[in-house]
Amino acid sequence: MSDLARLRWKCRRGLLELDLLFRDFLDHGYAQLDAEQSARFDALLDYPDAVLLEWMMGRITPTDTDVARLVEQIRSSARP
Amino acid sequence: MSGIPKRSFDTLIIGAGGGGLRAALQLSQADARVAVVSKVFPTRSHTVAAQGGVNAALANVVPDNWHWHMFDTVKGSDYLGDQDAIEYMCRAAPRVVYELEHFGVPFSRLDSGRIYQRAFGGQSRDFGGDQAVRTCAAADRTGHAILHSLYQQNIRARTHFFDEYFAIDLLKDQDGYFLGALAIEIATGEPILIEAKTTLLATGGAGQLFRTNTNALVNTGDGMAMALRAGIPLQDMEFFQFHPTGIAGKGMLITEGVRGEGGYLINADGERFMERYAPNAKDLASRDVVSRAIATEVREGRGVGPNKDHVLLKLDHLGADIVKKRLPGIRDTVMTFLHIDPAETPIPVFPTAHYTMGGIPTDRFGQVVVPVQQGAEEPVPGLYAVGECACVSVHGANRLGGNSLLDILVFGRAAANHIIDQLAEQRYHRPIPEGAADAAMARLSRWNRQGKGESVPALRRELARVMEDHCSVFRNQEVLQQGRDKVLEIRERLRDACIDDHSQVFNTARIEAMELENLVEIGVATVTSALARTESRGAHSRIDYPERDDARWMRHSLFSLDGDKMDYKPVRMKPLTVDSFPPKKRTY
Repeated sequence: MSDLARLRWKCRRGLLELDLLFRDFLDHGYAQLDAEQSARFDALLDYPDAVLLEWMMGRITPTDTDVARLVEQIRSSARP
Repeated sequence: MSGIPKRSFDTLIIGAGGGGLRAALQLSQADARVAVVSKVFPTRSHTVAAQGGVNAALANVVPDNWHWHMFDTVKGSDYLGDQDAIEYMCRAAPRVVYELEHFGVPFSRLDSGRIYQRAFGGQSRDFGGDQAVRTCAAADRTGHAILHSLYQQNIRARTHFFDEYFAIDLLKDQDGYFLGALAIEIATGEPILIEAKTTLLATGGAGQLFRTNTNALVNTGDGMAMALRAGIPLQDMEFFQFHPTGIAGKGMLITEGVRGEGGYLINADGERFMERYAPNAKDLASRDVVSRAIATEVREGRGVGPNKDHVLLKLDHLGADIVKKRLPGIRDTVMTFLHIDPAETPIPVFPTAHYTMGGIPTDRFGQVVVPVQQGAEEPVPGLYAVGECACVSVHGANRLGGNSLLDILVFGRAAANHIIDQLAEQRYHRPIPEGAADAAMARLSRWNRQGKGESVPALRRELARVMEDHCSVFRNQEVLQQGRDKVLEIRERLRDACIDDHSQVFNTARIEAMELENLVEIGVATVTSALARTESRGAHSRIDYPERDDARWMRHSLFSLDGDKMDYKPVRMKPLTVDSFPPKKRTY
């Protein structure tokens, strides 16, 4: 529980776009991740906001295929 | 305060956006002991969202000078800006840009090798003549580049960071000297007293006050609310900048460029309603006209969607090729968040709150100033504020693009220089009196109360909705009065609200509850100030008082929490060295 709370705070970003995408993902997608994928999400949140925005808007695809898959999962959890 | 750990510094800075970090760097380089408290990791501050750039009359592209920049800023402010502060800012602009370059900000370049500058709205040459080219940019990530460079420079200068600490309230003594703040470490829930000879608030804006806004979730106006609770009034809070088209209910900006390319707005009947409000300019009418037209359509029942709470921005008639080629960024945003392609389906939009012009009143040295007896602006000992949380006031009733990054850099630096002089005179900390942190501790422990009460997230949604319905772009006596009643009622209900989580480790529910307390105080300040100002000026537009009224209202508003009262003070019309710009009708 406290780890989820820690991640929730780490999802507070400088950009509204990232705030909303990560919030939706924590609420609707995160629970399906295994331990390795959870760690990858935690590490993803260490990237600067400007890089994350390019990935999340689908303008650039991360070169690491595992990260690219995670980015797609986050993008598809966005609630219209 | 027995039992609460204490740390001592020369200066405490609350907020790690560009304003806080620029000040921190200046202070650390002068060998002051500086602590920066930030509720999120510093490089996740909202400064990263500033894409446009920094205004400075470098004249790299076309002739320019700081005096023209000053004229544009005074005019843009609808003559509510203080002309001494505006002159100071515009003259200092080239210097702060060159300093940034030395700190490592990778500005884009012209072919000549000089710093790239772009044209922005509201900029002119020769006092209202041809378009100026004044905004210095590092591609479309100027704010990001500035924030990262300043953070790295601060690490090198050994600024002490309290990352993921939340400041609860300021500490002061019976003589009115500010002595630091009580904060908690979010990870552990442990309180800490941070003692300081001078305290600088740099906590940013309060866009989260409105349902539809462009701001990051962190923008809850914490510093403004701390100032209010410490007895400082907030200035010009009725002036909030809105952009006409944000994604409805989410807030992300859909640029004017979409309408420039031929996109237009329709209501529930499919009617192109801007033809009624602005027969000539139609969808390209000025921002406030378009914003008010959208709000009017929704108020009169012609809104779209199950709640009839937005209108549609149609661009499918432009064809997929044009949309993909000319508006790729907008298409990415809409597809990501709404899962629709704007080349095929219209975008739901509503006016979105963007920038808080009002804030903590300061002079051009960043010192917080309040009315004391005969003096309208007496410095508060030990307390400073800069950036969006402050009101210096360079933006007056309306901010120009490219001036917000400039504001944080110029006044972050100016405040630090003033603090350095202050520290030279004050070698020792004033004692923190017994009980100085009691109210702040009570504010924290109040959320440990058990039992059933109203839900914090539900109250926050309700507040944002009330502010959007009653205090955004459609303002008249009746609507604002109803809004004020509702916000005051929410403030009462919040006293009985409870949270379920009483743990200490990463208790974000408690942080969010205290953020809501901050937003509610700012909501009361905003709606009360807007109700009182019976004129239209800059971003404050009253349907029942459509004209600017210089005889009565050429003055700054001051809202105090004590009795929720309004007070006023004159605009500083006298610049430092040049002639004053007298008020004229603002046309572009």
